[in-house]
Amino acid sequence: MLWVLAGLLAVACTVWMFQGLGDTRRGFLLGLRGTRLAGLLILGTATGVATVLFQTIAANRILTPSMMGFDSLFGLVQVALVAAVGAGGLSTLDGVARFWLALGAMLVLALLLFAPLLGRGGRDVPRMILTGLILGVLFRSLAGFMTRVMDPNAFAVVQGLSAASLTRIDPAVLPWAGAITASSGIAALVLAPQLDVLALGRSSAVSLGLRVRAMTLGGLALVALMTAAGTAMAGSVAAGSPIGGSAAFFGLIAAGLARGLTGSVRHAALVPGAALSAALVMVIGQVVFERVLGLAGTLSVVIEFVGGLFFLYLLLKGRLR
Amino acid sequence: MIEVQGVTHAIGPAAILRDIDLALPRGALTALIGPNGAGKSTLLRLIGRLEPLQRGRICVDGQDITRTPTADLARRLAILGQNTGIASRLRVRELVSFGRWPHCHGRPTPRDRSAVAAALQMFDLEPLADRFLDELSGGQAQRARVAMTVAQETDWLLLDEPLNNLDLAHARSLLAQVAAMAGQGGRGAVIVLHDINHAAAWADHVVALKHGRVHAQGPADAVLTERVLSELYETKLSVVQHAGRPLVLHHHAA
Amino acid sequence: MSLPLTLVSVALVPLTLASLATGAADVDLMSAAHDPQAALVLMQSRLPRTLAVVLTGAALALAGVLVQSLVRNRFVGPDTTGTAEGAALGLLAMTIYAPAAPVWVKMLVASLAALGTTALFLTIIRRLPAREIMLVPITGLVVSGVLGAVVSFLAWQADLIQQIGIWLGSGEFSGVLAGRYELLWLAGAAAGLAWFSADRFAILALGDGVATGLGLDTAAVMRLGLLVVAVVTATVVATVGMVPFLGLVVPNIVARIMGDNLRASLPLVAAAGAALLLACDLAARLLVRPYELPVGMILGVVGSLLFLTLLHLRPARG
Repeated sequence: MLWVLAGLLAVACTVWMFQGLGDTRRGFLLGLRGTRLAGLLILGTATGVATVLFQTIAANRILTPSMMGFDSLFGLVQVALVAAVGAGGLSTLDGVARFWLALGAMLVLALLLFAPLLGRGGRDVPRMILTGLILGVLFRSLAGFMTRVMDPNAFAVVQGLSAASLTRIDPAVLPWAGAITASSGIAALVLAPQLDVLALGRSSAVSLGLRVRAMTLGGLALVALMTAAGTAMAGSVAAGSPIGGSAAFFGLIAAGLARGLTGSVRHAALVPGAALSAALVMVIGQVVFERVLGLAGTLSVVIEFVGGLFFLYLLLKGRLR
Repeated sequence: MIEVQGVTHAIGPAAILRDIDLALPRGALTALIGPNGAGKSTLLRLIGRLEPLQRGRICVDGQDITRTPTADLARRLAILGQNTGIASRLRVRELVSFGRWPHCHGRPTPRDRSAVAAALQMFDLEPLADRFLDELSGGQAQRARVAMTVAQETDWLLLDEPLNNLDLAHARSLLAQVAAMAGQGGRGAVIVLHDINHAAAWADHVVALKHGRVHAQGPADAVLTERVLSELYETKLSVVQHAGRPLVLHHHAA
Repeated sequence: MSLPLTLVSVALVPLTLASLATGAADVDLMSAAHDPQAALVLMQSRLPRTLAVVLTGAALALAGVLVQSLVRNRFVGPDTTGTAEGAALGLLAMTIYAPAAPVWVKMLVASLAALGTTALFLTIIRRLPAREIMLVPITGLVVSGVLGAVVSFLAWQADLIQQIGIWLGSGEFSGVLAGRYELLWLAGAAAGLAWFSADRFAILALGDGVATGLGLDTAAVMRLGLLVVAVVTATVVATVGMVPFLGLVVPNIVARIMGDNLRASLPLVAAAGAALLLACDLAARLLVRPYELPVGMILGVVGSLLFLTLLHLRPARG
């Protein structure tokens, strides 16, 4: 199944690169499309793998990191950095430096905030989910608030940041985000046997001798890294959305597809499966919506719609636990 | 008199009650007994119009419950369902006062206030009257719910396992109060009881349900016999007399 | 009058005065009696805005109480039950297909659409396991998100995405002038009507069994509640845009203090809703003077912090 997915992805990527390529300016267009394709693949892979990891850590197949406010936190961290730098008199901080700083801050904050939340979550899953959802709203509101309150120069930078969508990727950040996603993905594969044990549940994992706490923290760190890499590609989410918008559901769809297609509960299959299916959905979605339908802007809305219905379906089927 | 005629009830494909015919007398405490899943609660909820009637007819003092406006019925019959937990943050007095709503619709008269006071006193709730429900113990909250039902001052009182969470003394006192109410004013009470000996000690009339059918009904002495009960629970039981009442023993296999 | 209500009412006075005294134009409102310029500013801009904030705050908080008793869950509000999205859907349909229709027709359609989506939400949560109370708000957020996606998609097709930003954005009072907020009186009146049925809603919240046992026509009370919530939400969405969290946190805070005897607590809910929104609106106007923040942004921060606190506090004692 994984090979089929990989083959399909290769076809989709080829279509993306060469479909409707005119005779003029081929080199320029290919370069542009290449950059965006890289962005799509990074975003897809990062979201897919991070979701599978997160669902295993949270012992729950209905959650995504984005639903719990991970990418909103990264957005907030970035805005806060710009504000702090602006206030400190350093008017410019180049994209790569900001990315690394934000990544570090994100790692620390994510572990501080979510490790206790998930640790306690075993007992009251719904309360934990609701907390995460509202944390997301809080982060987005705070980011919006800081954006509005900060001085005009900083505001311009932040606007560029939050509008950064897949159409305007910072090429300097791209390789770093790619490297982080790839190494986190490989780490997840290496840890696959331990993740399989963790997925059995806390008490079974402890009694089988797994160091659950270390595993949870390590997994969360990987999730935070991949979320940061993906969010740096896709831009932080708009402030208004109550549930984090399409990003929240994209991972859910990807992880659901991976479980359905591989029919496996082993992370050695799930991790690459999620990466491939997420990347596939991302690339096909963009091809269909941008090239065929000419509705580039509506893809995220459609993902939110489909993903939301899928979420409700899982909820009503009692798949929360 | 409450008359139940030809009542059949199903939830999905599962038949809960089949062809129930009953006559429940006034001036008596009627106990509904039977093994788990016999349909006791469903029957009580049907009489109290908490579930829509699927087949058959139920009349309370000659009035068909499906044709009587629900607000009128609330002045004849009060029902206490099994505790599903009240999420509202109410004080005990406020909850019990809502029992008067069918009579006063939010404009309490002195008569309503005295009914509330009487119900509070009857169930030992006066010291707790101004406490919030969510700060009471399970048994205290249960007494408050019973008091609300009693404050409704209806001819008929339907209680579904009202002794849940109650300690021995309060359980006994509740049954005594209800038995006295039923006996004195010619009112009637129907209670789903889990513990057969509570029925044995207080019931005047007993209806035994099994697999959704009436297994036996009649005066307590006639139903609470070794033969009937052993069949009902498919367990060997012995019945002795204690202080003029039947007492069911089941502690050792005979 | 209870002590909490007295305190909140007293706090409303300086908040109202401050709201009247704050604005872009530098005028002395004390001189409004003889200075026509000041009188104009007061009557055309300051007073309408202050009234709009008070009406919106009170009406949304009351609608929150009603939604919570309809759903029998404390952690929902009219902004998380698909209600606002339904109203936006109705308004969007009218803007596309019947832009010339009179305002009352648009409001009617918006209210009906809001009614429909809220009823849809109620149908969905009936299928959830009863004991999982936290699933209800989660479902509400997702249903709102799915409906919001539908609204955005349609708005995209019709090139009305900006309009959606205003309706479902986060509440914007900066555009309020005389002649552009009066619909909110309708919201205030509808919410005020709920007080006359306060006991019915309180009994409804006790559960179906208790409500039926007391002879309440639960279906009729549900319809009344849905209607009030839909009208309030549709009006707010159409005039100033949905304000988040207000309808959720205010009823919760009041219930912790006074309990759920709605006849006694509804006036406090209304006053507290108005006071909270006035305070947030003042902050929105003063923090970045001479510019202004959307009030929903302030409430997004304040409201989510309050909500998180409520979520993790132990159940109230005393």
